[in-house]
Amino acid sequence: MALTASDRQDFSAFLRPTEGGGRSIELLVKGARCAACLSKIEREVRTLPAVESARLNLTTGKLSVGFAAGAGDPSLVLERLDRLGYPATLYDPGKAAAARDAEGRRLTLALGVAAFGAGNAMMFSVPIWAGLFGQELGPATRTMMMWLSAVIGAPCAVYAGMPFFESAWRSLRSGRANMDVPISIGVILTLAISFVETVLRGRDAYFDAAVSLLFLLLIGRWLDHRLRASARSAAADLLAMQAPAATLLAEDGTERRIPLSEIASGDLLIVRPGERIPVDAVITAGVSELDNSLLTGETTPARVVPGEPCQAGAMNLGGVLRLRATARSEDSAVAAIARLVEAGTQSRSKYVRLADKAAALYVPVVHTAAALTFVGGWGLGLGPREALLRAVAVLIITCPCALGLAVPAVQVTASARLFRRGVLVKSGAALERLAEVDHVVFDKTGVLTEGRPQLIDPVPAAIAMAAPLAKASAHPLSKALAAHAGPTLLADDIVETAGQGVEGVIGGRRARLGRAAFVGVAGVPASETELWFGIEGDTKVRFVFADQLRADAAQTIAALKARGLSVEILSGDIPGAVGRAAESAGVADWRASLAPADKARLMAERTAQGRKVLMVGDGLNDAAALAGAHAAMAPGTALDASQNAADLVFSGEKLAAVVEALDVARSARSRALENFSFAALYNMVAAPAAMIGLVNPFVAALAMSGSSLVVTLNALRTGVGRR
Amino acid sequence: MAILMFLAPASVALALVGLGAFWWTLRSGQYEDPMGDASRILVDQDRPD
Repeated sequence: MALTASDRQDFSAFLRPTEGGGRSIELLVKGARCAACLSKIEREVRTLPAVESARLNLTTGKLSVGFAAGAGDPSLVLERLDRLGYPATLYDPGKAAAARDAEGRRLTLALGVAAFGAGNAMMFSVPIWAGLFGQELGPATRTMMMWLSAVIGAPCAVYAGMPFFESAWRSLRSGRANMDVPISIGVILTLAISFVETVLRGRDAYFDAAVSLLFLLLIGRWLDHRLRASARSAAADLLAMQAPAATLLAEDGTERRIPLSEIASGDLLIVRPGERIPVDAVITAGVSELDNSLLTGETTPARVVPGEPCQAGAMNLGGVLRLRATARSEDSAVAAIARLVEAGTQSRSKYVRLADKAAALYVPVVHTAAALTFVGGWGLGLGPREALLRAVAVLIITCPCALGLAVPAVQVTASARLFRRGVLVKSGAALERLAEVDHVVFDKTGVLTEGRPQLIDPVPAAIAMAAPLAKASAHPLSKALAAHAGPTLLADDIVETAGQGVEGVIGGRRARLGRAAFVGVAGVPASETELWFGIEGDTKVRFVFADQLRADAAQTIAALKARGLSVEILSGDIPGAVGRAAESAGVADWRASLAPADKARLMAERTAQGRKVLMVGDGLNDAAALAGAHAAMAPGTALDASQNAADLVFSGEKLAAVVEALDVARSARSRALENFSFAALYNMVAAPAAMIGLVNPFVAALAMSGSSLVVTLNALRTGVGRR
Repeated sequence: MAILMFLAPASVALALVGLGAFWWTLRSGQYEDPMGDASRILVDQDRPD
C-alpha cells in the first residue's frame, strides 16, 4: 500500500540521523527515466523548506533527501513529487542499509585486477610466442620475458582467483566438490608448473593463460552476481510499496507511525480505510468491512464489529478501526503460512542447476584425461617433465569457461529481456525450472481475475443518478460504480456509515447508496456484491458487481495449451464464482473452496505424479503452494509472503507475461544447451590435441578466448526473433 | 636489448596507473548510478533559476 501524504502521518520511523546532525530519508520514485525528470525532481525538492540536499539515483529510482537538524517534513516532499507527476513511496531504512553490496565490489575489483594481469602478462607472452614460431629470440631474453610475465601474472592470478579458491575450500570442507574445485586445482597447478619451467629455463609458461582464464570466469561470476543483486533490490522495491509501517495509538492519545517489527502484543493500533491490518488483532472500536481476498481467495468482503478477531494482511475497506494487537508481526497468521513456504522452498533448493549437472559430468572426465596424459606420456617415454606439461595443457585448454560463462551470460540476457517486459526474474535457477514445466496451476482471485469488483450491465441513467454519492465513498463497490460515471458534482451533506452506505442530498432530495436495508428495501437478503440506490420516496435501483476476468485471460490459457501445457485452477473462493471464471477462461479442470494447506497438498500430489508444475498465484493462501511448485510466478500486487515464495514477479495488467516468461525461459534453455554442446565439441578436439603435444601457450590463449567469445555471442541470441 | 630494461618497467608502471585509476573509480562509487551520470551531463547546472 502506498502511503499517501494527504493524511499527514508521522514519518519518524523512516528518518535516519546523518553525520552532520541532520536527518535523511529515502524515497522510491516511480516514473523518473530521463535527464529532464532528474533535474526537475532535484531542483523542486531542494526548494522545499529545511531540505539541504536531494539526490536521485536514476538507476535504482531512489531519491535521498537530507533535512536540516530538527526540521523538515517528509510529507511535503511526497506532496511535491506527487504534484510533479512522480508518485513516491517511503523506503524502509533497514532495507536501504542492507543494500550496500560488498561482494559485488570485491568481484568488480577482482575483475579489474584480472584484466590488468591478463593484458600485461600477455604483453610479455607475445615475444615468447614469436619465439615459438622460429623468430629471433635468444634463450636469455625469453627467460627474462617469462620472469616478467610471472612477476605480473602470478600475483594477479592469486588475487583474482581468491573468490574461486575460497569457494572451493568451503565446499571441500563440507565434503563436496563444486565447480570451483577443478578451477582452483587447474589454476594452482598451472602457476606452479609455469614457475618450475621458468626456473629451469624451459619453453612453456602459462601465466597469461591462468590469468585470462580467471578473467573470463570472473565475467561469468560477476554477471551471475549482478543478476541476483538487481533482482533482490527490485524485489525489495516491490515490497516497499506495501505497508511497511503501522499507526500506533499511544496511551496519551497521540498517533505515531512505527515499523511493523516494533509492534508488541497488546499495542493499540489504528487502521484507516485502504490500509492493511498489520498484525493479528482484535477489533476494539469501529465497524468496517475487511477484504480477505489475499488471505483466503474469497472475493466477498467480510463485515466486522468490535470484539471480532482479524488477521494480518486483510485490507480495511470501510471505516476507521481501532485494534488491540494479539501477536507480534513475526507471530501473526502470516507466519504460519511462512513456515509452510519455508518447507516448500527447502524442497526446491534440492534442484540441481544445469551448470552443476554439466560439471558433474565434466570434472571426472577432464581430470581422468589429464591424469591419463601424465601417466601415459611418462609410460610412453616422454619423460616426467614433458608428460606433466602436457597434462597441464589438457587442464588449461579444457577450461570450464562454457560452464562458468555460458549459463550466466544466457540468463542475464534472458532476465534483461523479461525485465523490459515487466517480469522480474529472481534467480537464474528460476528460469531453468520454468523452462521445464508441463502443467500450469492458476489461482483465480487477483490472477485470472482483476481482483476487484466491476459493475455488470451498467445502465447509464441509473449510474448518473447515483454518481454524486458514489464519488464520495472510498468503498471498492462505490469506486467501481464511479468509474462508469462522467464528471459530476458531489452530493451535499454527505455522511458515510461504515459497513452500511453513504447518505447525502442530491438536488434538494435526500438519497442513499449502500446495503439493501440501509436504502430501505425490505425482504432482500444482504449481499456483498450489490449496491442499492434510492432517492427518498422514489423507486430503488440495484447495481450488481462481479470480479471480472483479466482481458487476456482466455487468450493466455489458449496460448499455454498451444504450447503443450495442461492448465488447472485451484481457488479458495466459492464453487459458483470459480466455475464461472473457469468456463469463460476456457479451463475444464478446477477446484474451489480450498484452504492454503489443501493447495500445498494438491501441489505435492501433482509433483509426486511426476508433473513439473508452474504455480501462478498472489494470495497468502497461495504462498505455500507457490513455494512447493516446481516454478512459481506472482503478480506485483501480491502480498510480500507470496512474492518471496515466487521465482518470478510480473507487473502490469497483462496475464500474457506468463507466456512471455515461458517462451524466454525455453529459449534460454536451448541457448544454454547449445553452449554446452559447443563446449563438448570444442573439448573433443582440443583435449586430444593437448594430449599429443600440439598445444603451446599461444594456442591455449587463442582457443580459450575464442571459445568464450562464441558462447557469449550465442547467449546474446536469447529470445531474439520472438514476439 | 638494453632498452627493454627501461621500456618493460615503464609499460607495467603505466598499466598500474590504469589499475589504480580503476580502483579509485570503484571506491568513489562511480558505478552506483550509470543512468543518472549519463543524464546529469545533459543538465545545465549554470542555468539561473
